[in-house]
Amino acid sequence: MNHQITHKGAQGRRPFRPLRNLNAKIAAIPMILTAMVVFVGGTIWTVVYSFTNSRLLPREQFVGLKQYERLWGTSRWQVSIENLLIFGVCSLVLSLVIGFVLAALLDQKIRFEDTFRTIFLYPFAMSFIVTGLVWQWILNPRLGVQNVVRDLGWDSFVFDPLNNADIAIYGILIAAIWQGTGFIMCLMLAGLRGIDEDIWKAARVDGIPAWKTYIFIVIPMMRPVFITTLVIIAAGIVKVYDLVVAQTSGGPGIASEVPAKYVYEKMFQSQNLAQGFAASTMMLLAVLIVLIPWAYLEFGGRRRD
Amino acid sequence: MNLKTTFSVAAVVAASCAAGGAQATELEVTHWWTSGGEAAAAAELAKAFNATGNTWVDGAIAGSGGVARPIIVSRIIGGDPMGATQLNHGRQAEELIEAGLLQDLTEVAEAEGWADFVNPTSLLDSCTLDGKIYCVPVNIHSWEWMWLSHQAFEDAGVDVPADWNEFVAAAPALQEAGKVPLAMGGQGWQQNGAFGVLTYAIGGVDLWSQINADKDAEAAAGPEMGKIFEAAAAARELAKDSNVQDWNQATNLVITGQAGAQIMGDWAQGEFQVAGQVAGEDYTCLPGLGLNEIISTGGDAFYFPKLDDPAKTEAQLKLASTMISKQVQVAFNLKKGSLPVRGDIDLSAANDCMKKGLEILAAGGIVPTGDNVLTADTTGQMEDLQTEFWSDLSMTAEEAQARYADIISDAD
Repeated sequence: MNHQITHKGAQGRRPFRPLRNLNAKIAAIPMILTAMVVFVGGTIWTVVYSFTNSRLLPREQFVGLKQYERLWGTSRWQVSIENLLIFGVCSLVLSLVIGFVLAALLDQKIRFEDTFRTIFLYPFAMSFIVTGLVWQWILNPRLGVQNVVRDLGWDSFVFDPLNNADIAIYGILIAAIWQGTGFIMCLMLAGLRGIDEDIWKAARVDGIPAWKTYIFIVIPMMRPVFITTLVIIAAGIVKVYDLVVAQTSGGPGIASEVPAKYVYEKMFQSQNLAQGFAASTMMLLAVLIVLIPWAYLEFGGRRRD
Repeated sequence: MNLKTTFSVAAVVAASCAAGGAQATELEVTHWWTSGGEAAAAAELAKAFNATGNTWVDGAIAGSGGVARPIIVSRIIGGDPMGATQLNHGRQAEELIEAGLLQDLTEVAEAEGWADFVNPTSLLDSCTLDGKIYCVPVNIHSWEWMWLSHQAFEDAGVDVPADWNEFVAAAPALQEAGKVPLAMGGQGWQQNGAFGVLTYAIGGVDLWSQINADKDAEAAAGPEMGKIFEAAAAARELAKDSNVQDWNQATNLVITGQAGAQIMGDWAQGEFQVAGQVAGEDYTCLPGLGLNEIISTGGDAFYFPKLDDPAKTEAQLKLASTMISKQVQVAFNLKKGSLPVRGDIDLSAANDCMKKGLEILAAGGIVPTGDNVLTADTTGQMEDLQTEFWSDLSMTAEEAQARYADIISDAD
C-alpha cells in the first residue's frame, strides 16, 4: 500500500528537466511570445485602458467604472445584448439540429451524395458580406420573396423582416443559418462516418429503431464532434458583425445592433476608445463565463477519474 | 467649347513646362468624394495640383465619412500617412494635432494672408489650435436646407409651402395623394442632422448654442427644447413611409415627386443638378426651413500629415495654397454645389439656391455647426438616440428628450 502511494505520487509529478528536448523548446519560443504578447498582452492592455477616459488615442487617466456605467445605461448596448442572446440561442439550436439531420439523411447511403454535399456546403464558401447582400435582396419586399409570392397571385402576402424592427434579427438569423449549416453538416457527417458499422449492426439485431439508435447511442458517441462544433458555432455567434452590416447596418433604428458592431463604431467612428474597450471587455467576460465552467468540466473532471 | 478646351490644355502644358525644373512629387490624397458631382469637383483639385508640376494620386475611399474617417485616422496613427486628406474641420482632428501628427501650415497661411480673405473667419478658427493653422478649408457646406418637390405639391393640389409650418399644414393633402410628405433616410446621421435643423429653425440660434456649445443640460430638458421634440415627433410621423436608407435615395424620392420634401444639407443640390432639374421651377430650397434664414458653416477641409521627405512636405504646402487659390475655389465649388471659403471671388455662375446661400453668408446669417462644438463621441451618442427615436414610433418625445439631456450633461 505504501509502495502504491509513492508510485502514484511520482506519476503525478513530472521530473523537472528544462534542457530536455531543447530544440523543440527553442522552436516554440516565437509562438509562445506571440501568444503572450499579442493575445494575453493585448487583452490585458485592453482591459486596463477600459478604465480610462481615452478618446482617439489611449491615455492613462483612470476614471474607474465610468465607462461600464455608461455602457450598461445605453439602450443601444442593451438591444445589442438582447439581439445576441436571441441570435445565439436560435442559431446554436437550429444549426446543430438542421446540420445533424442533413448529415443523418446524407448518411443513408443515398445516390449523388457528393453532389448534395457540395450544394449544402457551397454557401460556406461565401463571405458574410456576400451572404448578407444576397439575403438583403432576397428579403427586400420589392425584389425578393414577397414580390415573387405577390406576383403568383397572393396580393396580401407580407414578408419583410428586415424593415420590421420586431423581427429584423430573425432576418439576419436566416442568412446565418443558410451560410453556416452546410459546414456543420460536414462536421457531423465526418462524425457519423467515424461510428463503427458494427454498432449499427448490433442495434439492428437488437431491434432498436433507427431514431433511438441515433439519439441514445450514436449522438453520445459523437461527443468530441459536438464539442468542436459547439465551439465553432459559439465563436461565430459572438463575433457576428459583417452579416449585420451588409444586411441592415443595425437598422431599422437600432433594432438589429450587435455587440461587435458597437465596439467597432465606438472605437473608430465615435473616437472613444475606452468605451469600445469596455464593451469588448464585456464580450470577453461573456465568453469566459461560458468557457471556464466548460473547460473545468472537460479537463478538470477527467483527471479525477 | 472646343477653343476653350484647347486653351485650357495649352495652359496646363505651359504651367507644367514652367514648373518643369522642379521634380514631380507624388502626393496621395484621400477623400470620400465618390458620387458623381463630388468626383467631378475632386478632379478640379487634382487638375490644378497637377498643373503645378506635382502629381495627385487619388485615394478616394468609397462610402461616407463614417466609413472613410476611421481608415484615414488609423493610417495616420498607424504610421502610414497619406500626403493629404479630407476631414471635416472641427474637433475630429484635435487629438491628432495634439499628438504632433499633422503638418503646421501657419507659414503659408501668413505669407498668403489667409486670414484676410477667408470668410467667415470661423472656418479658419476651426483649423487653428494654439495659434497655429493645421488645415485648409475648401468649401462651406450647410445642413439647414429643406428641398421641396414642385411636382408632388402639384399632384396633391396645394401650393408649394414657404416654410415648415405651411409644410406641416400641407402634409395631409400630400398623404391623400399617396405621397410621402417627408423623405428621410434611415441612418442616424441624417436623422440627427435633420433634428439639428429643426432646433435651429424652431428654437433659434441661442437655444442651439446654449445646449450644444455651452452644454446646458437644463436647457436641453426645458420646455423650449420640448417643443422641438414635439415637432420632431410630428416629422417622424410624416416620414414613416420613406423606407430608404441612403440620403441620395431619399433625395431621389423628392426628385421623382414621390415625396414632398427632404431636410438635407446643400450637397443634395448636386443630385437635383444631375437629374437636370432647375431650382425655382422643379424644386424649391428653403434655408433654415423658411423660418429662420441661417446657414451653418461646416464643410470640408484638408489636413496634411507630417512626412519625412522634405520634397513631399514642399508639395504639401504647394497643394495647400493651390486649394485655396481663387481659380480653384471657383471651379471646385461650382462642381460641388457648395459655397467658396473666400469672400473675394465672383460666383455669377451659381444657381438660385447657391445664390440664396451666398446672400445669407454676406448678410452674416451664420451659425456654428455641430462638428465644431461636439466631440465625435457625443455626436455618435446623439445619432444613436435619434435613429432609435425616428424608427421606434412608440418612443415618446418626453422619453427622447430625457435621454438627450443626459447626453448633454455628460458631454465635454
